Amino acid sequence: MTLSERFIAAFITGDRWKQYLAGLGITLEVAIFAGILGIIIGTVVALMKLSTTEDGKPTILNYIATVYVDIIRGTPSVLQLLIMWFIIMASSNNGILVASLSFGINSGAYVSEIVRGGILAVDKGQMEAGRSLGLSKAATMRYIILPQAIKNVIPPLGNEFITLIKETAIVGYVSLADLTRVANQVASRTYDAFMPLIGAAVVYFVIIKLLTILLGKLERRMRKSDKR
Amino acid sequence: MISVNNLHKEFKNTDGSVTKVLSGITYEVAKGEKIVIVGPSGSGKSTFLRCLNLLERPTSGKIYFDEEEITNPKININKVRQRMGMVFQNFNLFNNLTVMDNIILAPVKLKIMSEKEAREKATELLKRVNLLDKADVYPVSLSGGQKQRIAIVRSLCMNPEMMLFDEPTSALDPEMVGEVLDVMKQLAEDGMTMVVVTHEMGFAREVATKVLFMDEGKILEENTPKEFFENPKSQRLKDFLSKVL
Repeated sequence: MTLSERFIAAFITGDRWKQYLAGLGITLEVAIFAGILGIIIGTVVALMKLSTTEDGKPTILNYIATVYVDIIRGTPSVLQLLIMWFIIMASSNNGILVASLSFGINSGAYVSEIVRGGILAVDKGQMEAGRSLGLSKAATMRYIILPQAIKNVIPPLGNEFITLIKETAIVGYVSLADLTRVANQVASRTYDAFMPLIGAAVVYFVIIKLLTILLGKLERRMRKSDKR
Repeated sequence: MISVNNLHKEFKNTDGSVTKVLSGITYEVAKGEKIVIVGPSGSGKSTFLRCLNLLERPTSGKIYFDEEEITNPKININKVRQRMGMVFQNFNLFNNLTVMDNIILAPVKLKIMSEKEAREKATELLKRVNLLDKADVYPVSLSGGQKQRIAIVRSLCMNPEMMLFDEPTSALDPEMVGEVLDVMKQLAEDGMTMVVVTHEMGFAREVATKVLFMDEGKILEENTPKEFFENPKSQRLKDFLSKVL
């Protein structure tokens, strides 16, 4: 078979490109839902980890957050996905929902450390100034610290989201036909792994490259207040 | 206006030992007084000042603000701080907000003024420190002296009853010290109750109603500026003055 015949077999015959497109849809759907969930969980957990009483002692929220991060970081994400699918949400057969939740909860642990770092990197004089004006800790966090922390966390958060997109390649385990799964299926049907696998890799690469460019733009815009 | 009774502050070190920073301070500031605190570094003067609005929690002792015990954990410290402005050595302007938003954030969010009232008040205060043209820039583009004048304005916009200054000119280039001291002098003339930690002896001499000398966590000497500088009593103060004057 010539190269072009192999290409046609992998992508054109039987409108196979539609399967890849649907697979990419599932990949992105899971990644976006999980990403949003991860940011929400991560921010809440970061604030829990940083919470102290007025005289600086850790709170119960602190321990809960630490246990969560430890468990998630200490177990493989494939296992987490399978546990979610076969045990915790065994009654659901909505693979997208289960995968999004599982990856979101997983990502949240990593995002929490990113957000925590971003908050700690803001000069502590900013909090003192807010408190000295009579603003509560929560209000100072919301109006002063978090907006500055966001600038610090955009680059590592982008990195985390990129990792997340690629990590969703394991959702085949819960019978979701994502981009990787589709490529694999086509490869076994045409007895030719080269075209589908390389093709899928190129698609991942292009998506992530586009995302990188977008993140760079966003980062520059957020640095507006740093310009003289 | 504010009275401090037997204040102690200790910091726990990472190796478990304890550093005593304040060892029994008792003092009273009356309304309209301008108290200037001087002393060698490490004498606890900044810690003392930061205890007054509880940015540092005293280990023991009591502080009363207008007869109300603010060291009581049950009181709402935010309400107290709204009436007590503070200016920091490092300015601590909010980097993510423009000068105007820096000034109006607290009064608007705390619902002390409407946004319109706050803007008017801020505009008037900015005019007074000659920085109205900087209202819409971010702090990063300001000089140190400008930052500190804005920081003072930010505190004043809350209509505080007293102001705390923690070495307000120590992080400034020498040529900018004057512009900040001028604003503080003007504030003193307007009758503001002030507690100022500083190394500016000229300011102490000119503005203070009382000068305090702190060393090793205690107030060693307290006097009118004239007596303080001309007739220091303790040997420690004599040594200190001979080094800084």
